[in-house]
Amino acid sequence: MPLSTQSQGDAEQYVLVASLDNARNLSNILKAITFKDHAIFSATPNGLKVTVEDSKCLQANAFIQAEIFQEFTIRDDSVGFQVNLTVLLDCLNIFGGSTVPGVSTALRMCYKGYGYPLTLFLEEGGVVTVCKINTQEPEEPVDFEFCSTNVTNKVILLSESLKEAFSELDMTSEVLQITMSPSQPYFRLSTFGNSGNAHYDYPKDSDMMELFRCTKTQTNRYKMSLLKPSTKALALSCKVSVRTDSRGFLSLQYLVRNDDGQICFVEYFCCPDEEEQ
Amino acid sequence: MWCELSQANFSDEYQMEGGGRVPRTTRSAWSINRVVTHDVPVDVIPRRLWNEFKEPSMPDFDVSIYLPPLKTLKNIVDRMKNLSNFLVMEANLSGEMNLKIETDLVSVTTHFKDLGNPPWGDEASQEGGPSQSRDPEAMAQARVDIRKLQQFLMGQQVNPSKAMCNIVHERVVHLILLHEDVSLQYFIPAVA
Repeated sequence: MPLSTQSQGDAEQYVLVASLDNARNLSNILKAITFKDHAIFSATPNGLKVTVEDSKCLQANAFIQAEIFQEFTIRDDSVGFQVNLTVLLDCLNIFGGSTVPGVSTALRMCYKGYGYPLTLFLEEGGVVTVCKINTQEPEEPVDFEFCSTNVTNKVILLSESLKEAFSELDMTSEVLQITMSPSQPYFRLSTFGNSGNAHYDYPKDSDMMELFRCTKTQTNRYKMSLLKPSTKALALSCKVSVRTDSRGFLSLQYLVRNDDGQICFVEYFCCPDEEEQ
Repeated sequence: MWCELSQANFSDEYQMEGGGRVPRTTRSAWSINRVVTHDVPVDVIPRRLWNEFKEPSMPDFDVSIYLPPLKTLKNIVDRMKNLSNFLVMEANLSGEMNLKIETDLVSVTTHFKDLGNPPWGDEASQEGGPSQSRDPEAMAQARVDIRKLQQFLMGQQVNPSKAMCNIVHERVVHLILLHEDVSLQYFIPAVA
């Protein structure tokens, strides 16, 4: 049955209905934050936010605005639930995630509210798959209290410049050290591994540096194991903003263009490693 | 699994050497520039034991249906394998087939339509009468181990001219691939 008439009769009972002609516009961005099994979904009339956390020290958020969806209907001010993200991704890619041009999986995602499963209707080439994924009560995401007024240093870089560095990062180093300064070395990534130390410097007048706003020299270390998943978001993105606040908390914001050229954001927050300077 | 190969298609020369050591068949193929020889070790089965190796007979199936494109089926079954170890295959005489999995975490159902049913599906039952009055919408189903279905689907590199499936309700799924002179039949028993 065509997805559009699927729930005409029961549109009333869903608190959230979101449709996409191309399910990849959701599944690709979710892959950028899949490092834990569970994700918190939070929907408002503005769109969908999906949050994944690790040990209260790392938080990743994916934002997909309502305009990205072909249909986005929400009955309450805010709808939230928690769901197994790996299961959700397997369902979104049930037809194999083909990259044949012109062939895409259509998605209609429906939720009836607390206690109900998340229902996905997926269609490709006339074949329909219905998935019902159990939901749990959403946990409250950590508030990192990262506010723009407290930002000491900010740079925006073209992602291609960081991709090479991140792919070569010495994984034997327990930490990734980020130095930001109004003077040399401006922006530096450092690792301290078994074979030695490595530094990646990005001068402030580099072509890759779109914005450079550093007010004070700061050096902070972050656990490599926490930041490593952010490489997936980096791979998808065209630009990344790196900000630190007075406490040394890190905010990485990635600008991602989907298959249709529309913009979505992925954001990572990370606490500094405790044994600091 | 039971596979029949017509000898004539595979070689111009087909030799069996007994000899006291491991018997071998040697196939040789000639082309303009080269000769390719394959030595395939075989166990020769004495004639007195031939009865034990009979082609499995076609079971009295409840539904017979053409399979959807094997590549599509393989993609879906591969993903379902991530979610569950068992899958229910069901089909009816109206050309509809469903694949279903159900676990504590998730339930997934894929619906195929307009697949078509082979014409001899209606004569399935040897007794004649009962099957003709089978409700075309009624589903015959069997729950099978996904890995076994995956194994069958891995053979889809050969593009079969016909692929079909017979289901004996809650007993067995019988899959048949036909390609020129080769037929491949695959029986998957149902599990509880």
